[in-house]
Amino acid sequence: MRPLKNIAWKPVLIAAVFLAAIIYILPTFNSSLWPYKKINLGLDLQGGMHLVLEVESEKTVESTLERIVQDLRERTRREGIQQIQVERIDGDRIQVNVRGAANIKSFQELMDAEFRDLREQDRSQTGDALVLALDLPEQEVDRIQELAVAQALETIRNRIDQFGVAEPDIRRQGDRRILIQLPGISDTERAKELIGRTAQLEFKLVDDQMAPETALKNGAPPGSEVLYQINVDGNTKREFKTPFLIKKRTMLTGEYLTDARVRYDQDKRSYYVAIDFDRKGGRIFERVTGDNIHKRLAIVLDRKVHSAPEIQDRISGGSAVITGSFSAEEAEDLAIVLRAGALPAPVKVLEERTVGPSLGKDSINKGLMSMIVGGLLVIVFMVIYYKGSGLLADTALLLNILLMGAGLAAFQATLTLPGIAAFILTIGMAVDANVIIFERIREELNIGKPPRAAVDAGYDRATLTILDANVTTLIAALVLFQFGTGPVKGFAVTLSLGVIASMFTALVFTRVVFDAFLSGRKVKQISI
Amino acid sequence: MQFIRPDINLDFIGKRKIAFIFSLVLLAVSIGALIEHGGPRYGIDFAGGTLIQVRFDKPVAIAQIKDGLQSMDFSQASVQQFGEEGATEYLIRTDVPDITDKGFNDILRQTLNSTTGADVEIRRVEMVGPQVGQDLREKALKAMFYALLFITVYISGRFELKWLLSAVLAVALIGGVYVLGLFKVSIPFLILMALLVTLVLFWFLNLRYAMGAIVALIHDVTITVGVFSLFDKEFTLPIIAALLTIIGYSLNDTIIVFDRIRENSKKLHKNPLAQVINRSINETLSRTLLTSLTTLVVVVTLFILGGGIIHDFAFALLIGVLIGTYSSVFVASPILLAWHQKSSAR
Repeated sequence: MRPLKNIAWKPVLIAAVFLAAIIYILPTFNSSLWPYKKINLGLDLQGGMHLVLEVESEKTVESTLERIVQDLRERTRREGIQQIQVERIDGDRIQVNVRGAANIKSFQELMDAEFRDLREQDRSQTGDALVLALDLPEQEVDRIQELAVAQALETIRNRIDQFGVAEPDIRRQGDRRILIQLPGISDTERAKELIGRTAQLEFKLVDDQMAPETALKNGAPPGSEVLYQINVDGNTKREFKTPFLIKKRTMLTGEYLTDARVRYDQDKRSYYVAIDFDRKGGRIFERVTGDNIHKRLAIVLDRKVHSAPEIQDRISGGSAVITGSFSAEEAEDLAIVLRAGALPAPVKVLEERTVGPSLGKDSINKGLMSMIVGGLLVIVFMVIYYKGSGLLADTALLLNILLMGAGLAAFQATLTLPGIAAFILTIGMAVDANVIIFERIREELNIGKPPRAAVDAGYDRATLTILDANVTTLIAALVLFQFGTGPVKGFAVTLSLGVIASMFTALVFTRVVFDAFLSGRKVKQISI
Repeated sequence: MQFIRPDINLDFIGKRKIAFIFSLVLLAVSIGALIEHGGPRYGIDFAGGTLIQVRFDKPVAIAQIKDGLQSMDFSQASVQQFGEEGATEYLIRTDVPDITDKGFNDILRQTLNSTTGADVEIRRVEMVGPQVGQDLREKALKAMFYALLFITVYISGRFELKWLLSAVLAVALIGGVYVLGLFKVSIPFLILMALLVTLVLFWFLNLRYAMGAIVALIHDVTITVGVFSLFDKEFTLPIIAALLTIIGYSLNDTIIVFDRIRENSKKLHKNPLAQVINRSINETLSRTLLTSLTTLVVVVTLFILGGGIIHDFAFALLIGVLIGTYSSVFVASPILLAWHQKSSAR
């Protein structure tokens, strides 16, 4: 007779594990029963959209430089520095041409005082003409890019929050990628549009000096550029572009918005978006409209002219409207992106996977069916081949499945379609451990050992082998987890859980049952 | 009930020449199939592109679908039937990513409706850009490479107690691949070279068990990939998962046999190794066959009932389980023997 304290801990452990498993798995079947979380379903099982975006953060650097050029022009004008030209070249540098000793001196002072971030790349002076090439130091460039990605992440998160998706998953991937998972979403195109839209709102003045067509032919005058308004014919669905000559200088941007709301105009029977500026924005708006009465103010959205109404009067109060031929949805989406803010840089869709809910349900059904059929076949086989012990192995198998499910729920891991395959695989591989032990026991019985000794020897010899064999599967699963994405990761996690669970049930659970069966009485034969 | 008599004594080692030829034939067929198809057929996961799964509410002809796609400027798209026979689901695949712009779903539905007369449901859309495709290719290769190396370390440690040596080896190889990878050397080429270097090093460092296991694994993976290629099936991420699972699973079997060989070597150290190995394989035969049987049962169930998406995955597993079992008996052990004979002949 073994001392009591030796055999007591194993059954207690098993009972505890079993109970915990039941507790963890219950919410999946009836969520009101227990305040824990259910098993997470992957997108391939519940339907939804998976997006990987890349933030083109180098464009933020470009637009920062552009802004600096504008600033520089404005400041030099105000300081009265003459004979100076500031241009952006090559996308990442600024070239300055100054003429006249006095101008050069004033410019230098201005640079030292207010534009210390800029780095001098190149300087050449011939006579009284100075040519400077300026750019931003690498650290600054990195900082801008890093900030752009972080900001893009926040903005997208904001937009998705307002869009109202249940349990979205938005996270950063590496340097410049953003991973987005939206379960259960049905209108994927609208969501993509909402997420990917740069939504940069700018107010610029229309340049009346020249007709847009002339600018197209001969080139735009310095400080202005041609931007297009895109209209879609309602009937033919064809797009046609109208050119506008717009002054490059941005008067006001969407940064100054505090709110954007959708309104309906009864007379015109159309939706429009009413926007509010913050105090500073309101003041700028008042000044711009006041200074430019009877000129046109273009509302530029994502580098396209949305509309260019004529300024009738100075507008104070800090509110404005954006009209257009919007549907209710379009107006709502515009309001959302204006509220959440513009993306600091455009984003590109690198990967998209969308599964419709009907397919998801089908996959679950097929997976479950395979599991039930496969499971039954294995269970029946085990009983036929190993008789009583086979039944024990089957019980261990069922416990296994319970543990795997509970493990998924407890660790909040995601069950994917390959994950269901892992469940099914585990059914086949779990009996492996039992088979190893039982075959060993049979061997020992065959060479004449009594049942008790045979069982002991069987377990002893087999334990190391089982550990070895299962560790290699775990290694493969671990590597898969590290390198895999989405569904494959789900597979790796489920497989690992299965391996660990099967080791537990084979080595601890079945042993306890055997021990219990053999301990009290003198047994001559075991059903194996 | 017992399939295998307890006193069975088949001469596996004696048949190893036949097995060797059989393996060579399989390998040749596999590599041949791969060459003929110009390498493995990559799914969009690795090649980039767009995949759309559609379902019609009544039977349609592929030609009608293609007509519709043509009018949308997708003349390069391939259409194939999906799922069971008689199902009305099709997979549309094109190499062009980036096409799922606004309104695309509606346009697709309308166009297909007009050319086939049936209602269309878009069940699934997958789009992978070229950059991501290449990333995934490299990840897959690295995953398999790392798995093989880690397994090597484990086996060398457990069976020959050469933990440190094999660990250093693995780290050196991984480091080498990483560093050379930074110099933009092609990753597939690197990994191939690394594998060859690994095998050569095993030879010189006398890591017999590891060598036997790794050769068996490479054999299994190559044949599985080859058969896949033979049946013109696509390689997607889940297939790589299947390959890694096969690696883990095939190793199970191999380890069981090796374990027994090691145990018997100690017990019967007077007998020649060939006899010990034969004995060990026979003793573990029952168990080897049984686990393969149970695993096969579930994989076949998955293959038949699992549905279109998991179908190819189950197919890969099926081949892998069969080949894995075969290789544990007829590839891993004979290599161990050949080794021993070489080293005792020196």
